Amino acid sequence: MPKELTYLEAIREALAEEMRRDPKVFVLGEDVGVYGGAFGATQGLFDEFGEMRVVDTPISESAIIGISIGAALRGYRPVAEMQFADFISCGFDQIVNQAATLRYRYGGRASVPIVVRAPSGGGVSGGLYHSQNPEAWFVHRPGLKVVAPSTAYDAKGLLKAAIRDENPVVYFEHKYLYRRAKGPVPEGDEIVPIGVAATRRDGHDATILTYGAMVTPSLEAADAMAKEGVEVEVIDLRSLLPFDKDAIFKSVDKTSRVLVVHEDVKTLGIGAELSAVIMEERFDALDAPVLRVTYPDTHAPFSHVLEQANLPNTARIVDGLRTLAAY
Amino acid sequence: MPPIKRTKFKLAPEQLLEMFYWLRLIRAFDERLSILVKQGKVRSGVYTGIGQEAIIVGTCFGLRKEDWICPLHRDLGAFLMKGVEPRVMMSQMFAKTTGLSKGRDSALHSGVSELGIFGNTSMLGANLPVAAGLGYTFKIENTDNVVVAYFGEGASNVGDFHEALNFAGVQQLPILFICENNQYAYSVPVEKSMAIDDVADRAESYGFDGVSINGNDVLAVYQATQGALARARSGDGPTLIECKTYRWHGHSEHDKAFYRTDEELAMWKSRDPIPTFTTYLRARHVLDDAKLKEIEGRVTTTIDDAVEFAINASEPDAPEAVKDLYA
Repeated sequence: MPKELTYLEAIREALAEEMRRDPKVFVLGEDVGVYGGAFGATQGLFDEFGEMRVVDTPISESAIIGISIGAALRGYRPVAEMQFADFISCGFDQIVNQAATLRYRYGGRASVPIVVRAPSGGGVSGGLYHSQNPEAWFVHRPGLKVVAPSTAYDAKGLLKAAIRDENPVVYFEHKYLYRRAKGPVPEGDEIVPIGVAATRRDGHDATILTYGAMVTPSLEAADAMAKEGVEVEVIDLRSLLPFDKDAIFKSVDKTSRVLVVHEDVKTLGIGAELSAVIMEERFDALDAPVLRVTYPDTHAPFSHVLEQANLPNTARIVDGLRTLAAY
Repeated sequence: MPPIKRTKFKLAPEQLLEMFYWLRLIRAFDERLSILVKQGKVRSGVYTGIGQEAIIVGTCFGLRKEDWICPLHRDLGAFLMKGVEPRVMMSQMFAKTTGLSKGRDSALHSGVSELGIFGNTSMLGANLPVAAGLGYTFKIENTDNVVVAYFGEGASNVGDFHEALNFAGVQQLPILFICENNQYAYSVPVEKSMAIDDVADRAESYGFDGVSINGNDVLAVYQATQGALARARSGDGPTLIECKTYRWHGHSEHDKAFYRTDEELAMWKSRDPIPTFTTYLRARHVLDDAKLKEIEGRVTTTIDDAVEFAINASEPDAPEAVKDLYA
């Protein structure tokens, strides 16, 4: 039986393995050193690699990203931790204007191989500033790559791929999954390539496109629909920029019905882009409009009652699938 | 102006003449650009540093190839002194394929890592965290190379300034922070943007020295730089050098600068760094009419050649607009 790790342990193992493999890899962020990270993602790294490669920084998100960019220009591969994805807004300019544009404005003569780890997502009573899902902001910026793993396997494999990638990668790790998702992980040099989706469940009646913490409730909803004779295919996008058009279109061609499920808010979330692309390129294949089950266009409230009222869940996904199937 | 009498770091006559050449070349380059804008041959993106040349020459003179510079938008001369060919810089201004950006952006938004030049975005101060990252790599490698990072007094009000200088102070990084205090942030005078007289005073709060000097005196700038470089190279950390100067032209070439008086401009023009240095060189018999003529001829030839090269260079092909986004 292969070893199993939690999603959080998988992230830690990816960091440690990449730091052992390549002396140019280092991590930096708030509380990542002695403390081992607010969630423990960097535990043990300080003892193994020392303070020069596991850098406790001041509360300076913009500098954390900017320092990473400077180091990357000298051949290093920094992994910057945002303590919460919500705080990434404080480093926004360095990501979207400095890192994302650098190769373009340098005429292709340089690249910025940095990773920005961003613990995102709700379901943990985090309130307005410890629950956000800001991935769409970065998917809107050419020059970046954006990934959002849903399993321990992908958490490790995608982080290793991101560290080895020559481009700036924003890596959204979902806090709800840290200790809840558990499973086997890739070993050795195996990675999970950026830009490739995973089909989590086969089906021929409808397709769910989802990622992150919404994969599990999507699978549960698919199981529920199977009892009603509707076989739903569930595609875990894993990478949001670039997203796996081939996998999406292949499934759309098969099922003709698509439901996008994401925890981010609805307006101009990933679902809006997926819906548009499917309409532009697969209109003839569709038997129904592309529907969405998402967070409503509101903030993440602290109250458990209010937060649960907002979060997409299995029942809401089932409702969405029923509406979709009725077309 | 008081006589220049700073002799700690000796300069041979040929070095003094080289400094003079750079002052003249940089001035002439910007003056030619200004004309080219008026002629409609260069479209935009021209932010001259006319009047501020002594800062670039005094700080860049004698830097190593391995040292890095992080210039700001008026520091085209820094690119030239660090080794970018005048033809390439002129092509960059003409948005031609032979420029650093291959036509994708104007002057200083591109860099050359092989020459130790970082090109910033338009977000002033955003180069400073990157400089901190570059400096951090020198610390990791335990080398005695140095980063020279430039910013205006206006950018010293940006958050990135604080985050970067704070980190540099905490980590004792080998960085020279060179403030080009030219009295105006576009139209806003320094007294409206700072409640203190000297940007240099800000260094104390980051735990390193700040000095305020006459930025129109190339030898004063050189002497201050050499002292700070020696400290940085020996592991004694950063220094902030505030160079008081004045921007003769508007913020950009389209800015008529009505917000300042003719008297103020005339006063600062009387402190032109080039005649001051010319007088110094003549008094010491380093420069005579023949040498002056030779240098002026070389400057004109170099710029004529660069303009001709840039005008004849090819425009970018349209498909280039969507290339070089990813490595």
